[in-house]
Amino acid sequence: MREDKTLAQALESRGVSRRAFLKYASYVATLMALPPSASRVIAEELAKARRQSVIWLSFQECTGCTESITRSMSPTLEDLIFDFISLDYHHTLQAVSGAAAEHARTEAMKANKGKYIVVVDGSVPLKDGGVYSTIAGITNLDMLKETAKDAFAVVSVGTCAAFGGIPHANPNPTGAVAISEIITDKPVVNIPGCPPIPEAMTGTLAYLLSFGKLPELDAKGRPLAFFGETIHDRCYRRPFYERGMFANSFDDEGARKGWCLYKVGCKGPIAYNACATLKWNGGASFPIQSGHGCLGCSEPGFWDKGGFYEPLAAATAKLDIGVGAAAVAGVAAGAAAAELMRRKKSAAVDAANSKKKDG
Amino acid sequence: MDLLDFARGPALQIGLYVFAFGVAFRLASLLLLPRLKDLSAARKGAPGAVVASGREIIRRMWPQSVYAEATRFTTINGYIFHLGLAIIVFLGTPHILFLKGLIGVSWPGLPTNIINGVAVITFLSLIAALVHRLQSPVLKAISTANDYITWLVTMLPVATGLLAISHLGWRYETLLAVHILSIAVFLIWFPFGKLMHAFLIFLSRGTTGAHLAHRGAQL
Ligand code: SF4
Repeated sequence: MREDKTLAQALESRGVSRRAFLKYASYVATLMALPPSASRVIAEELAKARRQSVIWLSFQECTGCTESITRSMSPTLEDLIFDFISLDYHHTLQAVSGAAAEHARTEAMKANKGKYIVVVDGSVPLKDGGVYSTIAGITNLDMLKETAKDAFAVVSVGTCAAFGGIPHANPNPTGAVAISEIITDKPVVNIPGCPPIPEAMTGTLAYLLSFGKLPELDAKGRPLAFFGETIHDRCYRRPFYERGMFANSFDDEGARKGWCLYKVGCKGPIAYNACATLKWNGGASFPIQSGHGCLGCSEPGFWDKGGFYEPLAAATAKLDIGVGAAAVAGVAAGAAAAELMRRKKSAAVDAANSKKKDG
Repeated sequence: MDLLDFARGPALQIGLYVFAFGVAFRLASLLLLPRLKDLSAARKGAPGAVVASGREIIRRMWPQSVYAEATRFTTINGYIFHLGLAIIVFLGTPHILFLKGLIGVSWPGLPTNIINGVAVITFLSLIAALVHRLQSPVLKAISTANDYITWLVTMLPVATGLLAISHLGWRYETLLAVHILSIAVFLIWFPFGKLMHAFLIFLSRGTTGAHLAHRGAQL
């Protein structure tokens, strides 16, 4: 693809009609809950957009996020837009490696200073000087700081980058942290999920390309368009929840009849994500539809919320030995207080008796 | 650790410790107090202590006819919010799951909509109890901070629970966290305020019954 081609030209050369392109623009506008007029702006601006330089850094991660995006249902317009961005550096996808790869990164940074987007998947280990994850001898921390310095924006893809994810889970042996804990001087968009929904990623990119600014974010830095509602808000099993019809195990009558999965650990009520509406694999299904409760993977600390199969209502506090010890201590203190009273009383009786005797 | 994690974990854990310590302390300090032996012989025909205790407990479940009118509101409203609280706590599915997490046993619950309805009635009943207390000159005169704090820590879980299920105000996870935190506060206040009546009411009524029966009162 020639560097100076606009997106419209690039898509045209791939045989995508203007009608299909307009359809995509209104799809993105709807997806992101934008007013109808926005679809025209998106169409116009996207059509004029030139290749956006993207540097994709993969740190402590499992490559699931990249898999999710690159293996989404194809061929779709999202894929073509993904093709259209200039992925100047991506460990998993680039052909070159070693010094040549690092060279590509520094070249892209120089050539697109202040304009490129840094996409990060994976968390950054800070413990022991960050030695637990290095690329070409450079720690993730140093590479992130250096690369993000001249970026226009940073996009954290996946829960590891957005909130620390699995590497950050208790006991967090590598001291893993989220990207937003390191990059504090520029906008960071979080697109969490383990993995994140491809449309959330491409939709956000399309927004950035069209409007040249970040979409509206929630308090956790997530685009409101995709993370504005909980899974529970949009879950098709919700009527069963309201009626108190729950699956008690994964193989009981309730499970077979598709009742609510709250009792078997569904975290849908506190998970902000678009799985229930956008679904996965081209809208085929999502975890709850496949019979498994939501893990709440787009939320910080989802790995440490007391167990995937523990209901949300169950406390992580327990009636442990400490509670027994507190009760025993209470009895001891109570007995001491009663004894004190007894002594006071007998002292008073003694005093009264001796007074009587003296009198 | 976010607010919800804090509420579900450390806050509740502290609440449970204080509750266990406080209840054990209150009961032990009361039951182990030196008591004067009643050396008098029981009146002829007086029932045994257990029977007399049981009778008195049942008798006091409803006011005597001479007091019926004067205490009608307190009695009926009291039953409404006590039963309401019991239904919410023991028959609401999330609460059953909460208790199951602690004690390991569970039982069937009522549909969410019914629990929501009961919660609204309980909420209104608690408001009515406060209004009544403030409007009655006698009740107002004998009320102390203990009464108002006890009312507040009972009301907070009901109010925050209602907000959480109706998604009013903050986001759901924040409301849920605040709801659980209000339970932790409830547990902490329980042994040291008037909520302790849950443990003491039958004990004191039973003791009174046994004492009076011994002396020949017809219960
Ligand atoms: S399955 Fe989960 S998200 Fe769906 S209604 Fe039940 S609790 Fe809510």
